[in-house]
Formats: sequence, C-alpha cells, structure tokens
Amino acid sequence: MPEEFKPGCQRPAIKRPSLETESTDQITVKEAKSSMVKVGKPAPDFTASAYLAGKFVNVSLSEFKGKWVLLCFYPGDFTFV
Amino acid sequence: MLSCSVDSVFVHKMWNDHELSKMINRDIPFAMLSDQDGYIGKLYGIYDEDSGVETRGRFIIDPDGIIQGFEVLTPPVGRNVKESFRQIQAFQLVRASEGTEATPSGWRPGKQTLKPGPDLVGKVWEVWKVSEAFED
Repeated sequence: MPEEFKPGCQRPAIKRPSLETESTDQITVKEAKSSMVKVGKPAPDFTASAYLAGKFVNVSLSEFKGKWVLLCFYPGDFTFV
Repeated sequence: MLSCSVDSVFVHKMWNDHELSKMINRDIPFAMLSDQDGYIGKLYGIYDEDSGVETRGRFIIDPDGIIQGFEVLTPPVGRNVKESFRQIQAFQLVRASEGTEATPSGWRPGKQTLKPGPDLVGKVWEVWKVSEAFED
C-alpha cells in the first residue's frame, strides 16, 4: 500500500536511490538511462510522490508486482487533450 | 493504472478537485504521480528535454514487471483508451494460455485466437480472414 506523507511548505523532496550518493558515477548512470525502454525487458523501477484519493502518498512501481500496470505519461495538468 | 507528469502533487490535487472530478463525478481512483525533474520520464525515454514535459508515453507492464507494449505520441493528439484496454486483454489471454495462443490483427475478446505451431504454417489464410483486421 502507498505510504502517506504530510507535506510541509515546500514541494515534497524527490525520493530516489541515486540522490543518496553524490558521485559523478551516479550522474553518468542517470544520463545513460535516458533512452527508450524495450518491450520484453523489465520496466525500470521508481518511487514518486503522488496524489491519491485525498492523500499525498509515495508510490513505487515495485508495489504493483503481481498486477497489470498501465503507466501513462502526459504533458501537464490542465492541458486540453 | 498510474498517471505521471512533471506537475507537483499540489497541482494534481487542484486538477482533480476543480476539473477531473467534475468530468466523472468522483475523484480520480488511481495515483497521480509527480515527476518534477523528469527523472521517471527519462528512465522510460519519453521526457522532452526541450519543452521540459513528458510526451504521451503509455506503457503496459505485466505482473512480472516486464514491459509488454508501449505507445508514444506528441502532445496534441490524445490516446485511444479502448485500444489500451484491448491490448491488455490480449496480453492477459496470451499469458493465461502460457504462450500457446496468439491474438491476430483486429482481435478483441470473444474473437478467434491462433494456435501457433507446425500445423499452422502456411495455413493462416484458411483460418483467419483479412476482413477481421478491420472489424470494430
């Protein structure tokens, strides 16, 4: 189940493993990952803050193992399409 | 179902409260993810560095965490939700059959599947018609 959090005055901090260490290796890895995924290969895992049914929660893709997931990206809230 | 954009969770709440919930007379029932620096979008290869937003990428991920399909559109054209559902139903059928069945072009639930194997080689024309690819 997603873990709820209480935001302060700032936007929620971005939670991800690579921010815990600040080596140049990590930056290189992040840039190298910026390419199209492939079908038949594992979906890259991530953790993100989210809004769900009145609460602010942290959601990880790995929580959905055992279920089908439809992951939809879109340009922005309050856009038209 | 997970949706994802570079907007903050606060903007997601406002969009739900002031527009989306009015379209469907209820709150959005799935998690609206916030990807403020495009990190997730970059992981999946759909983040547009020039405009700083995610393009319309849609990924079908199976229960083992494997990507079974994706579609990416530029912002002005919306997706066909029914087609996404149809694809998931097809992948579910193939998975349940443990790979013994495949869904031909134009398949939807209830329509005939194909059973790939030596007997089907060169015989698809006998069991499947082109018109089936264009039926609703």
